Amino acid sequence: MRKDASEVTAHPVLIFWIIAGWAGYLLLPWYGIEDGFFRFEWLVDGWPLEDDYAPAAVLVGRGEKLWLAPLVPALVAPLLVIRKRKIDPAYSVVLILSGAFGFSWLIAQGFGIGIRGFNYDWLTALFGELGDRQFGMGYGALLVASSFLFLFTQGIAARGAINGDVFVVSAIGGVIVIVATFVFFPIAKMLIFAFITEDGGYSATVFLSKFFDDRLWGLGCLWGARCGAAWNSLFLAVLVGFLTTVLGLAFALVVTRSGFRAKRVVRALTVLPIITPPFVIGLALILLFGLSGSVTQFVAELLGVQPTRWLYGLPGVLIAQTLAFTPIAFLVLIGVVEGVSPSMEEAAQTLRANRWQTFRTVSLPLMRPGLANAFLLGFIESMADFGNPLVLGGNFDVLSTEIFFAIVGAQYDQGRAAVLAMVLLFFTLSAFYLQRAWLGRKSYTTVTGKGDAGVHPLMPKRLAVPVFLVAGAWGAFTIVVYGMIVYGSFVELWGVNDSLTFKHYVTAFAVAVNENGIHWRGAAWDSFWTTIYIAAVAAPLTAAVGLVTAYLLTRQSFAGKNAFEFGTMLSFAIPGTVIGVSYILAFNVPPIEITGTGIILVVSFIFRNMPVGVRAGIASMSQIDRSLDESSLTLGANSWQTFRRVILPLLRPAILAALVFSFVRAMTAISAVIFLVSAEYDMATSYIIGRVENNDYGLAIAYSTTLIFVMLAAVGLLQLLVGKTQIGRRTQFGGGG
Amino acid sequence: MKLTRSVLATSVMAMTMGAGAAQADKLTLYCSAQEEWCQVMARSFEEATGIDVDMTRKSSGETFAQIRAEASNPKGDVWWGGTGDPHLQAAEEGLTEEYLSPMREQLHDWAISQAESAGNRTIGIYSGALGYGYNTDLLAANNLPEPKCWADLLKPEFKGHVQMANPNSSGTAYTTLASMVQIFGEDEGFGFMKGLHANINQYTKSGSAPIKAAGRGESTVGIVFMHDAVAQAVAGFPITVVAPCEGTGYEIGSMSIIKGARNMDEAKAFYDWALSAEAQNLALQVNAFQVPSNKGAQTSDKAPDMSTIKLIDYDFVKYGSSDERKRLLQKWDEDVSTLPQ
Repeated sequence: MRKDASEVTAHPVLIFWIIAGWAGYLLLPWYGIEDGFFRFEWLVDGWPLEDDYAPAAVLVGRGEKLWLAPLVPALVAPLLVIRKRKIDPAYSVVLILSGAFGFSWLIAQGFGIGIRGFNYDWLTALFGELGDRQFGMGYGALLVASSFLFLFTQGIAARGAINGDVFVVSAIGGVIVIVATFVFFPIAKMLIFAFITEDGGYSATVFLSKFFDDRLWGLGCLWGARCGAAWNSLFLAVLVGFLTTVLGLAFALVVTRSGFRAKRVVRALTVLPIITPPFVIGLALILLFGLSGSVTQFVAELLGVQPTRWLYGLPGVLIAQTLAFTPIAFLVLIGVVEGVSPSMEEAAQTLRANRWQTFRTVSLPLMRPGLANAFLLGFIESMADFGNPLVLGGNFDVLSTEIFFAIVGAQYDQGRAAVLAMVLLFFTLSAFYLQRAWLGRKSYTTVTGKGDAGVHPLMPKRLAVPVFLVAGAWGAFTIVVYGMIVYGSFVELWGVNDSLTFKHYVTAFAVAVNENGIHWRGAAWDSFWTTIYIAAVAAPLTAAVGLVTAYLLTRQSFAGKNAFEFGTMLSFAIPGTVIGVSYILAFNVPPIEITGTGIILVVSFIFRNMPVGVRAGIASMSQIDRSLDESSLTLGANSWQTFRRVILPLLRPAILAALVFSFVRAMTAISAVIFLVSAEYDMATSYIIGRVENNDYGLAIAYSTTLIFVMLAAVGLLQLLVGKTQIGRRTQFGGGG
Repeated sequence: MKLTRSVLATSVMAMTMGAGAAQADKLTLYCSAQEEWCQVMARSFEEATGIDVDMTRKSSGETFAQIRAEASNPKGDVWWGGTGDPHLQAAEEGLTEEYLSPMREQLHDWAISQAESAGNRTIGIYSGALGYGYNTDLLAANNLPEPKCWADLLKPEFKGHVQMANPNSSGTAYTTLASMVQIFGEDEGFGFMKGLHANINQYTKSGSAPIKAAGRGESTVGIVFMHDAVAQAVAGFPITVVAPCEGTGYEIGSMSIIKGARNMDEAKAFYDWALSAEAQNLALQVNAFQVPSNKGAQTSDKAPDMSTIKLIDYDFVKYGSSDERKRLLQKWDEDVSTLPQ
């Protein structure tokens, strides 16, 4: 098979990328266009000769920007091997060399020459003043860079790496490059500040003095004073990870393994907190349980005690985070719980195990990857959460808020922020490794190619009762909290004046129709449409990158796989605030200049949320037997076809989870966004926070409520579009098949 | 054929003209006051001059962090509003541009002295005095005496009833700390902060959070700038505003031109306009209760009457410098925040 493939001398993929490279160099504007990436006025505005829109070839031809000339040989060389066979050593050598040289040169010139000529003094010392400058890269540079990258990976594949599989090698190369560009590069730029002294030099003692700080590591809470933010964060995150996993599992079991009828309600309910904009849950909890909250007042009167501020601190943050992150655990676990093959459970029952034994010894151990992933996500989310500790934290300091205020507070201490970010990263990465150690090298595969005719058994009684109690109580609590929120959007002034009104909705979403068409009069429309647009662009990209990465991690083995996995999880483990500032530091200057655009928002969402797609994909894929891939490959499909035709359809729950999550998170994220929004691209959440800061709770809550309903509709729509995996041939608990 | 050609020509012309219009005068405004005020300022300036304004609203700390991060390739032109300290700090770091506006003679002295202490890299646009507000319902429910002075907040019956922001994270709280040091002297000022610490129920992160908590009934007293407390009262919350009897410090909301601004001429046009009486009168439309810096501008009748408030001679040069700030904050961290409550 393989030999046949290598004897074909027309290489369509190679030809495609060579053409792409030439098109990028000869035709498209090399530098970024100020109007925006998706504006095409340049086509009629003097292109290709106008300086701002000129392709690299025109610039070089005129004797400008001569540092782009060395790219030409790297583009020419691959033309020589088009007719060569893949097994010919010259084929791979030429592709590897030209790809590597072209790509490195592109990056080197991008960093070497900026808006003020040479970026480094030693370059000026070597070559003298440049007398020219360049702005951020545009379409042309992007296309040429991709072309070099994929020429390089094709060369590597031709040398026999990963069985000569061009798709897999290219996917690995692509993911490495984008993760390096949009995760490692900005974060490295930020973390360097931990070592910078006040006068701009580098020093390790600065780092050490900031690291061994009592506010960070103090253990005062053991004897009545306060503990350091590091311990607080760790303790909180472990609690939240544990609670969300248990609750998420309870909901997943209710939905998949019980006769419970209103499953859709449960699904909708558990999705609610995740689609809630930040601060809203916190405000609702304050109105219920705060010092003047209705529940607190009621209980205090009932028992005749003085109401207290018990909510502020660990209890409040714990409740709010558990409310907010249980759905994430649920979304991860539902795929896993559904994915445990019924035939395993039926086999156990045939061997006379009762339902409890079956659950404890077969179902539960098979869910371990899901449980571990759910815990990990809860832990990391809690570590990085910013909105809830801000509203409910009281004097309970955690790392994420400390980082935010180290940057924007009265101290302006970026170094301290960088040190705190390192501690936070250390915790989250340790959790990540502990999780892997616990899962070990065992196999959790249960869905095989042999067909599966089973039905999931019901939960055993002694499990069902507590599960229903827990899920029921938590579900009821969620309903109360959300009832409060909806109610809050209809009252004049929440907590003070309870007369009902529509005025907040009118202010936010008024629409007028006159002879010129529809006028979006309301104050919220601008940020609303921007948010929908950005979220809709980001979601499919996030899911795609996430699932391809998950596929590489579970299905392929290659050198440096662990480092690769670490890299893809990194952005999730870093709080949004740090991402926000590091993105400004990294992407405000050439070669990649995207601040103030919609692209930077989309990019930040993709890399913030990609890990969830990765985790969901890994959890589901480790349950699908490799023999399915192998039989597909044996039948002559290549790995791309296998991925598309065999694995993707089985991954529907994971795809749905990734799509839903990234869409919703893009609409509700705040901490990174607050640094990245611009006048043209304002997002709903930053608008809402502005209203909250301005006491305009009614409008803020009305807007949030609207967002909640919009997202519910979006989630429902996605669910319809993507559909459901059917593993067994019979439907559960009767009904038509 | 001819038709198509002329249609093409017109559309090309239309598009180039569109592109030309896009390059018309524009201004990128970083605004650190409240949303409505920012909106009104931006729209009114557009009406007055025809210059397009791209406005982004962020808190002064966030804006300062952003201007710093963008220093090598500035995106903003003017930074309007927000407490004076970050503006002074930006001036100290050379992030903002020196400018002498022709409007200066119309301004109060405090606005000019703010400019002079920053080498004319910033200027005062409004001021607001520090004070506190209390929730009348909660005060009555807890049978507490009406506080009138700073010292009243130290009474033992106020234990657990007072909220202020953390000076490490909030400019408002740092102004409180610096004011106490200036009112009572350094030793007694820190003595006051220690006494207050015993009664504090929470050090919030953001400066105006304490009065919002008081408004919602989550704390009895909140130490904030008085115009923030007035805004709560006007919004309908049961808040009474107090100008402490011992005298009090104040902030000067400021405006700066960002160094390397891409639209320098427009930035200066905005700067001059924002110092005019008619621009400053816009504050009245949006319930902003600060005192404007133009002598001819009007002050809201709901605003705290500055003539009845005992203002101290706040030393912005000394207490705005990073060294003094670091020293006081460190002392507060070590001597006050570690005490048991």
